[in-house]
Order: sequence, then C-alpha cells, then structure tokens
Amino acid sequence: MTVDTASDNTTTKDQPSMLHDALPRKPLIRRLLDGPELMIFGSLIIIIAIFTVMAPAAFLSGINLRNMAIEASMMMILAVGMTYVIIASGIDLSVGAVLVFSSVASLIAMRATGSDASWVPVLGLVVSLASGALWGLVNGLLIARARLTPLIVTLASMGIALGLARLMTGGVDLTGVPRSIVTSIGIGRLGGLPVIVLIACVFTAIAGIALHMTRFGLYTYAVGSNEQGARRAGIKVDRHIVSIYVISGVCAGLAGYLTLARFSSTTISGHAMDNLKAITAVVLGGASLFGGVGSMYGTAAGVFIPVVLASGLIIVGLPSFWQEVAVGIVLLAAVLLDQYRRRSRSS
Amino acid sequence: MTTPILSARNIEKSFGQVRAMQGASFDVDEGEIVALIGDNGAGKSTLTKILSGVLQPDSGEILIDGKPVHFDSPLDARTHGIETVYQDLSLAVDLNAVQNLYLGREISAPGLMGRLGFLDKKLMRRRAQESFTRLGVRVPDLRAAVANFSGGQRQGIAVARALMWAQRVVFMDEPTAALGVAQTRNVLDLIRRVRDNGISVVLISHSMPDVLAVSDRVTVLRHGRRVATYATGAVTSDELVAAMTGALEREGASA
Repeated sequence: MTVDTASDNTTTKDQPSMLHDALPRKPLIRRLLDGPELMIFGSLIIIIAIFTVMAPAAFLSGINLRNMAIEASMMMILAVGMTYVIIASGIDLSVGAVLVFSSVASLIAMRATGSDASWVPVLGLVVSLASGALWGLVNGLLIARARLTPLIVTLASMGIALGLARLMTGGVDLTGVPRSIVTSIGIGRLGGLPVIVLIACVFTAIAGIALHMTRFGLYTYAVGSNEQGARRAGIKVDRHIVSIYVISGVCAGLAGYLTLARFSSTTISGHAMDNLKAITAVVLGGASLFGGVGSMYGTAAGVFIPVVLASGLIIVGLPSFWQEVAVGIVLLAAVLLDQYRRRSRSS
Repeated sequence: MTTPILSARNIEKSFGQVRAMQGASFDVDEGEIVALIGDNGAGKSTLTKILSGVLQPDSGEILIDGKPVHFDSPLDARTHGIETVYQDLSLAVDLNAVQNLYLGREISAPGLMGRLGFLDKKLMRRRAQESFTRLGVRVPDLRAAVANFSGGQRQGIAVARALMWAQRVVFMDEPTAALGVAQTRNVLDLIRRVRDNGISVVLISHSMPDVLAVSDRVTVLRHGRRVATYATGAVTSDELVAAMTGALEREGASA
C-alpha cells in the first residue's frame, strides 16, 4: 500500500544514480513525523500493555475483548466513510443522525410488511443502505454543485435527519426488529467471532483496499490535496465529491442496520456524539483536516484508542470520565503533530 | 510561410467591466520557442488560459493547423497535444512524483484487476523514472510526497509532467519566477531540449534576460492586444520594454 507519507525512504538499487545522489538518510524523528500511523499504533500498543499489566485477567477476558471489538466495530464502520470524507478535505457531521434515520426507516419498512419471511431482513438492509445513500447524495450535491461548505451542509442535514427520525417515531424508540436479524447478526457468532466484528473487518478491508490501491482512492487524495489541480488533470472532481459523501451515507446506513441487530430496537438518542467520535478516530489515525493525508489502517488504530481507554479505565477502577480527558489530550497531540508536519515541510 | 500549429485570432474576453482580451491574435509555429511578454494586466495569463482550455473566449477563434477548434476544458486542449505548466504548478503535493505525473491518465493494471480500478504502479514508476532521467529532472525519492521537495524540485516535476504528455505545444507560465540562478538555467536548458524534440514552447515570462536567452520569437501584448512580434536575434531589451509600455505604436492588421 502506498500512502504518501514518505515513510518508505529506502532507495531501490535499480534507480539510476542521479536520482538518489547525495540523498541523506532521514533522521528517525523525521520519519516518525512522516508516518503518523506508526505513532498511533505505538500508543495503542502501549495503552493495551499498561492495562494488561495492571489487570490481566479482567482486561484480557473473553467477554471484555468481545465487547471492545464490537464497540470498535460499530464506530469503525462510520469511521470508514469519515476517512474518505476527511482525506477529500471534507467533513460529515450528519453520520450519527443518518444512522438513526436509516435504522428508523429500515425498521418501519420491515414492520410494515407484517411478515417474518426471510426476505424481510434483506428489505430492511436495502432500505437502510438506500436511506444512507440518499442523505449522502443530498450532502454531496449541496457541497459539490451548490458549493456550500461541508460543515454547514452536514450540520443542517444532521438536524433534518434526526428531526425526521423523531417525527416518524413520535420520539419513542421502536421495537419489533425481526428475531432472525438479532440472532444471526446482533448476537450471532461465526467461528467464535461476533458477526458484527466480522462484517466490520470485511467492510474495512474492502474500503481500505479501494482507498490505497485503486484509481478511486488515488483521486480522493488528489481532490483533498489540490482540488483545482485535480480538476485541471481531468478528474471529475464534483462527481467524486458526491460519491464520497454517498459512501459516508452508506456507511451510516450499514451502521444503522447493525445497531438494530445489536439492540433489537432503534436507539434514537444514542448517537448524538457519533459524528465527533468518528472524526476523532480518523484524526487520531493520522488524517489531516486539511485533506490529502490519512489512511484506513491509521483510522482503525484511532477507533480502538477511545474504546480501549474506556474499558481499561473502568477495569482498573478509575472513573471512566478519564477516558474523555485522555482522548481529548491525544487528539490535541495528533492535531499539533499534523500542524508541525505541515509547517516543517513547506519550504 | 508555413501554417502555424496553433493560432488565436481576434480573441475577445471580458470579466465584468474589464476587457482583458481586446482582439488579441497569437501564433505558434512548429518547433519554436515563442515568448509571450507584456506588463501586468496586458492579458498574458488570460490568453494562456484561453489557449489551454481553462477559459473560453467571448469571441474570436482558435486554430490548430489552420483548422478552427473549440476548447471547453483543459482536457480538450490536452487531446490536441497542448499541455500547460501552471504558475502554481498544479501539483497534488500529498501525492508522490509518479502519481502526479500520471494524475488523470493512470495506467490500469492488466485484466480484471484493471477494470476494478487497480493501477499498474510498477509500470508507471518505471516509465516516470525513464522520463525524469531523459529530461534530466532530479527527484530525490519517487515514493515520497511532493510536499517534501524544494521549490525547484517541484518545478521540475511539473515541467516533466507537461513535457511527458505534450505532443505539440507546452505553455509555461512564469516557469523561472520562483527559481534561483542555477535552477533557472536548468529550466531554460530543458526548454531548449523540448524545442529540439520538435515540441513548441510558449514561454510566459517577466524576465527579459530569460526571454532573450531562450526564445526564437517574442510576441508583446499590451491592453489585451498583440502590439509587436520580433525575431529574438533582431531585437533589444529596450525595444521590448518600449513595446510593452506603449512607447511604440501598435502593429497594423496583425493577421
């Protein structure tokens, strides 16, 4: 995978000498700065090591590991879309609200069938993904074609989506999720692993490969790096931006469906902070809010840090509120690092 | 006289109240370096943008090999073999040199993988390396983001990109403005080598020494019109400045 962080500084032997004459080996600190993912992975491993030493039995228990993995999986799906959006130098505040809207629309559609046939869960999934895609399309069109700023557009759609979800339910969470969804996905396991975790892993892997190895991913970096330059290079920038917000919407739709499976009801008021949590994970993972920089594996590490902190702090007997403090500090550190990196390289 | 490979005829372009192009004409012959000079606001940038497809003229025509063409976008100009090195270089600085060279024209991986959007990175890297070597452009690390490079190195990459794809004409907008003496000499050498390969270069520049050193002809713009065209050997810096500032009368029917 080639993310352009310059972490790979080894000159290959087949290069003509003129291309790497007098190339100084970069100092270690510089290489670390160029590869923020390494730092975040390092921090994650240190945090895990500390909790493992302090409370090995409880922290590494099957149930705790499973809970952390499920918690991280749900957030990861939102963070996948957010990674694309932030690399393209956008932002999507609407993901939590779109998640809620999609789950409500999906459950209403499934209940309206009055059936528990095997195609009903499929219908629910389609409705959920389509609702998410539709919100993404609205966001994307307003941002790319009407040229409104992503912050305001997604702030507005966040309010509208959540408001509509509450109108559709009267503000009370709906139940009646088909049993088959709950048993097969929500609490289901495959080879000992929770199905939700498996879904998140496969989804993340596909999205990561697309981001780092395909033309679509390359254009995402190009658009975030220099939008005008991308346009001049013949990239259909507007269409690309629209597709990226659609991806983010579809991610929220998928996450909405999975919350139905996990809690066997809608969770209307449970996602107010999801947008900020997803942004936090992506930025912790080394992405820059200025666009053009970021990676899927960095995001994966960024998703785990708050989850591991929350669970570990409780286990070692500290108030879990410390998790919010710690995440805030790590987030600041990540942003400062990005700032420093940008300043030091623009000659 | 041979037909110019690229011509502009009586180009008009207004931005609101400002008439940036007032009937400008311009010709590029095959295999020549033609400098386009003029004071600030004379219309150099506007004319360049029109001939590279970024802007569309209000009236007037663009001819390639004497045949009228219409550029709706930079892509249209590029399909006619016209490339541009923008003054801001237009690089995606978070991407590496190879990715910048091929941006918008990536080579797909063979077979099914290619249809899924996968790219042939190895082939692109090899060809990019060949181009950089051929053009004498030094890139310290083909895998590093362009943002890590100096201004001169970035310039080299932007120029190499245009030269790699140009079939007929390369526009260079102030290619030496941000460069030191040695780097400027390199870019001027590069421009000559391009011309020697049969590709015409339009050099937009403020620097009289550069213009006199490298060009075959000089076209002077003033107030959105062509006021003079000289063979470089037969003109002095003073005469060019006189034409730019209006001390000299406008040339007659220029077509």
